Amino acid sequence: MKVLVTVKEVVTVGDEFEISGTEIAEQYREYDLNEWDNYAVEEAVQISESEEDIEVVTATIGPERSDETIRMALAKGADRALRIWDDDLEAAETLDVEAKAEILSAVVEAEDPDLVLTGVQAEDDAFGGTGVALAERVGYEWAAVVNDLDFDADAGVASVRRELEGGVEELTDVDLPAVLTIQTGINEPRYASLRGIRQAQSKPLDVRTLADLDVDASVTDSALDVTEMYVPETDSDVELIEGSADESAGRLADVLREKGVAE
Amino acid sequence: MSDVLAVAEHRRGDLRDVSLELITAGRELADGTGGNLHVAVIGGDVDAFADELNREGVDRVLTVAEGEEFNHGVYTQAVAALYDEVAPQFLLLPNTVNGLDYAPAVATRLGLPYVPDAVGLDVDADRLVATREMYGSKVATTNEVDASGGVTVSVRDAEWPPTEAAGDAVIESVDVEIDESTIRSTVKGFEEVGAGDVDISEADLLVSVGRGIEEEENLELIEELAETLDATISASRPIIDNGWLPKNRQVGQSGKVVMPDVYLAVGISGAVQHVAGMKGAETIIAINTDPNAPIFDLADYGIVGDLFEVVPALTEEFGG
Ligand SMILES: Cc1cc2nc3c(=O)[nH]c(=O)nc-3n(C[C@H](O)[C@H](O)[C@H](O)COP(=O)(O)OP(=O)(O)OC[C@H]3O[C@@H](n4cnc5c(N)ncnc54)[C@H](O)[C@@H]3O)c2cc1C
Repeated sequence: MKVLVTVKEVVTVGDEFEISGTEIAEQYREYDLNEWDNYAVEEAVQISESEEDIEVVTATIGPERSDETIRMALAKGADRALRIWDDDLEAAETLDVEAKAEILSAVVEAEDPDLVLTGVQAEDDAFGGTGVALAERVGYEWAAVVNDLDFDADAGVASVRRELEGGVEELTDVDLPAVLTIQTGINEPRYASLRGIRQAQSKPLDVRTLADLDVDASVTDSALDVTEMYVPETDSDVELIEGSADESAGRLADVLREKGVAE
Repeated sequence: MSDVLAVAEHRRGDLRDVSLELITAGRELADGTGGNLHVAVIGGDVDAFADELNREGVDRVLTVAEGEEFNHGVYTQAVAALYDEVAPQFLLLPNTVNGLDYAPAVATRLGLPYVPDAVGLDVDADRLVATREMYGSKVATTNEVDASGGVTVSVRDAEWPPTEAAGDAVIESVDVEIDESTIRSTVKGFEEVGAGDVDISEADLLVSVGRGIEEEENLELIEELAETLDATISASRPIIDNGWLPKNRQVGQSGKVVMPDVYLAVGISGAVQHVAGMKGAETIIAINTDPNAPIFDLADYGIVGDLFEVVPALTEEFGG
């Protein structure tokens, strides 16, 4: 059996940053494995450790730089990786949910996995739709926001819990093949061991172009255009407490007393 | 083609608040295009829901009596059928957990552009102008989509006020043929999680800790402060995900909604799903090293500083 995990390298921004046009300026960009995908990778690796003959393949849309992030996933136990990139993708301004789902559907068609795991959302663009759009496109069943998975390969069923709002969980049986979007907390992601990091160097990481996957370059013409990016203006009237730690703690203590929650 | 079709949400017999917020957002869009607002409800006690959804500004309520609870297979098929029938320009869905489970599928099935998690909407000729947030709410973006051929938008809950006033909509039941053979997931039931010894929603003073605490051992600092102040400890999601505190301490969309007199957010960025649980606190105080952290947009008092210095100093202030 095969489990495909979508792995995204996300841009994270630190305490200080500047915007240039519709992007965070290059010098303020940091890159990391998407938090939600980290849990998806762990879940796939745990499945492969508890069942016989399961191959874990990762798929990433991203430039060469994301190899570093992909190697992290390989070091944690994925068997091999695909990365999709070419000049058209490089030139694209926004890849919306539709575009990502279309590209990944070509990967699913080529790889024919039994189970696809994606993160619930990506930390940077926060679209939160790629996994479900992908399932619909390839005709797989799906479940979104999964925080518990009991995978029965023989029965061809994934029994999941979907984490709804307000501490309510929905228990659902999903027939395979399926796409599950993974919520944090489903497991405890491991750190890559030194041995894993060494082994990851020799695991296959194949780079494909859109043409290799038979995807038309027009996929990069997203319907959605990001035309502006800005730090949101707030109508906040926060009272900032300044000074040394001791001074601000003193003022804060006064506030707590004024509010009647401390003596 | 300038109408709006909004799809309500309900769970375990209750219409969810987001349904009435969708009416407000939908009316705004319909006013922008000069179209009608149609609101659909699928499954459960649709007649009772329809009465509740009959609010000011709604032109038509459509009911589809299929199933009791949400099933994405039924919803995807029913909404696609309603879309064909109403032929709206805007399909408006909630960006709730269930919205995440069917909105992208509907958009794909209908071949419409999909704009997820909008926090602001405007129409300019045939372009939809949506405001979205990125990078954990640190930046906002303006997004434009050619809406001449229709568009699916999911809207963030609690961004639009609910429409309260009663309306005089036409209520109509619609028969939709659901192809059961294509539905390959079965909802088995629900379970409440996170009960336990402490009910954080009862506390007057919450000291809430986030990922800024870095290590489990460091929680001691927070415990000392909470003990000194006789406060209750709550947390953002990463602390719970790490297993450092039990699930009943989580504040937020998937945790608890709290309304203490004072909410002291320590090392919490203020991500939207966290804010969903604590924005009702009477007074919000944030301690965070990042002056741009979204929590400061919400806070009444803020200390831009290192929790490892401020928290012990505060404990000391109270003789701890
Ligand atoms: C469907 C869904 C449901 C979710 N439900 C919830 C929910 O119920 N509750 C919830 O909390 N989250 C929820 N989340 C997760 C949410 O999106 C965020 O990931 C989470 O709230 C972030 O937690 P945080 O603020 O502790 O961590 P971060 O966002 O990592 O923020 C840590 C903060 O600590 C600050 N910091 C670092 N070091 C220091 C220091 N020394 N002193 C002071 N400050 C410091 C940093 O500047 C930063 O602002 C949900 C997500 C999804 C997709």
